[in-house]
Amino acid sequence: MSTLLIIEQVLNGLQFGVMLFLMAAGLTLIFGVMGLINLAHGSLYMIGAFAAAAVAGATGSFVLALAAALAVAAIAGALIEITVIRRLYGKAHLDQVLATFALILIFSEGTRWLFGSFPLFLDIPDYLSGPVTLPGGIQYPLYRLTLIAVGLLVGLGLWVLIERTRIGIQIRAGENDREMIAALGVDIRLLYTLVFAIGAALAGLAGALVGAIQSVQVGMGEPVLILAFVVIVIGGIGSIKGAFIGALLVGLTDTLGGIFLPQFFKLFMEPGAATQTGSALASMAIYILMSLVLIWRPTGLFGARA
Amino acid sequence: MIPERLVNWIVFAGLLAFPLWAVVADEPFTITLVTRAVILAIAAVGLNIALGIGGLVSLGHAVFFGLGGYAMGILAYHAQTYTSLDLFGMSLSGTKSMPIIWLVAVVVSALAAWIIGLLSLRTSGVYFIMITLAFGQMFYYFAISWGTYGGEDGLSIYVRNGFPGLNTLVPIQFFGLCFALLGIVLFLNARLQSAPFGLALNAARQVPTRVETVGLNPTRLKLVAFVISGAITGLAGALFADLNRFVSPTMFSWQLSGELIVLIIIGGVGRLYGPVIGACLFVALEHWLGAVTEFWHVYLGLILLAIVLFARGGIIGLLTGKEGAYV
Repeated sequence: MSTLLIIEQVLNGLQFGVMLFLMAAGLTLIFGVMGLINLAHGSLYMIGAFAAAAVAGATGSFVLALAAALAVAAIAGALIEITVIRRLYGKAHLDQVLATFALILIFSEGTRWLFGSFPLFLDIPDYLSGPVTLPGGIQYPLYRLTLIAVGLLVGLGLWVLIERTRIGIQIRAGENDREMIAALGVDIRLLYTLVFAIGAALAGLAGALVGAIQSVQVGMGEPVLILAFVVIVIGGIGSIKGAFIGALLVGLTDTLGGIFLPQFFKLFMEPGAATQTGSALASMAIYILMSLVLIWRPTGLFGARA
Repeated sequence: MIPERLVNWIVFAGLLAFPLWAVVADEPFTITLVTRAVILAIAAVGLNIALGIGGLVSLGHAVFFGLGGYAMGILAYHAQTYTSLDLFGMSLSGTKSMPIIWLVAVVVSALAAWIIGLLSLRTSGVYFIMITLAFGQMFYYFAISWGTYGGEDGLSIYVRNGFPGLNTLVPIQFFGLCFALLGIVLFLNARLQSAPFGLALNAARQVPTRVETVGLNPTRLKLVAFVISGAITGLAGALFADLNRFVSPTMFSWQLSGELIVLIIIGGVGRLYGPVIGACLFVALEHWLGAVTEFWHVYLGLILLAIVLFARGGIIGLLTGKEGAYV
């Protein structure tokens, strides 16, 4: 096993991780501030990808496509917050699960009705395609490298927004005591809509960015949603820092497990059985990681409350 | 307002009468449809023990449904190919006998429920929901990547398994078998609700602190409920696989876990017949709306949204004027 391959796979894991972070950040923010579990977050990911594919198909511009993904997902997020989600704050988790499950059904079938069942394709623009040579002579796709950079930048931006701006102060205050911040004259309803729209926009961005390396299709959001759940369970619900660390852990475990576990089992098993055992175990690796974290810390790595 | 007991009897009698009418009218497909509803009802009754009485919002009950299905699939596969099943150094033969398959399905899913419950019950609330969901995905991906039993393509069983004294290939006889099991499961559920265990579990959902103060362990109560619940859902999984003579990883899918909760909500949370009414309505909607439009899930979503936001007691709540159990 060469060092080059390992570095390449670590980069792949990082890329997967930062995209998961975009999803998980929105989920954990929404849970932290509003106490809401949102299954429809995967639908917003899908909506972002479809908006990007549609706009890229019409205009040919990748930048416009990304802008459309952000805008459409944010608008869709704000709309469902105002019409449905707003009624669920403070209700039982079961109600939240069911209502957002209903939203998934509506969004998935609605998208299928609009765009049909066939996957759409979103092309990587010319200026981002092709490989680059990294120090040490590693050839790595420029687009994936861009994804890592975008993910890290968004993470940094989110940190600045929450730690350094007035809105960030209001969001953090909203997490701690919603009555008090409302009494101080902050429009809490508007703040909630805003937080939900930010989370939705992040999911939409992730959908569009990943849509360019996978296909854009109905149902693409739910597997990512569940991985994002694993991420925030590992990181601790409500913690952005936890979501970041958890996302990288999950991204790396999943990617590296898929490559190295079959190799590892080949050391002491016959190749056929080793591949099967290895890949079966690799598909379970992140859930095993989650179980281990939970045994060690039931509220996740950075979670304060249960 | 109609008394709940009357609603229950009407549903029970209707569920029995409808397939009998279908036999007379010679419509075997209708019998299959009702059988499907009955099996889904068994699964949902199982989930309702954890969800409705224990307050455990499990988004991973497809695990047990799938394990039951694969228990049937694997045993019948070895029987139909005359190969032996090597397990822990023992060489076992497959079987086509339903009672044995059911026993295996129940034991395997109870065991899985015990392990998953042990881990998941360290947490509560949203964590519990997400963790059960994640365990569901874990089994789903495992089933896809495990090639021995069909992997992603699933496993077909050519002839339905047998039950002593019955010809299970006749739709009405297989229906009768499933219906009898539903009756037994409902009876057990009703007994459980009024037994000391059920009362304690109910209390553990509402005020765990008080339950602890009187010397009971709420976590252990919930774990037992989770195991019973998983075992019943596993039994339903074995029946479901036998109905279709096919198992595939979709039996582990999280959509199925979601749908099982949906069944309960449509009918009424924590109500004995809630899952039964929900399953009947779900299958009816799937059949009728599915014939009208390909996009019937949109309407299901809207109905679900309306029930969650405006009619918390589900159908039983609407008919009897009672609210559903608060979970």
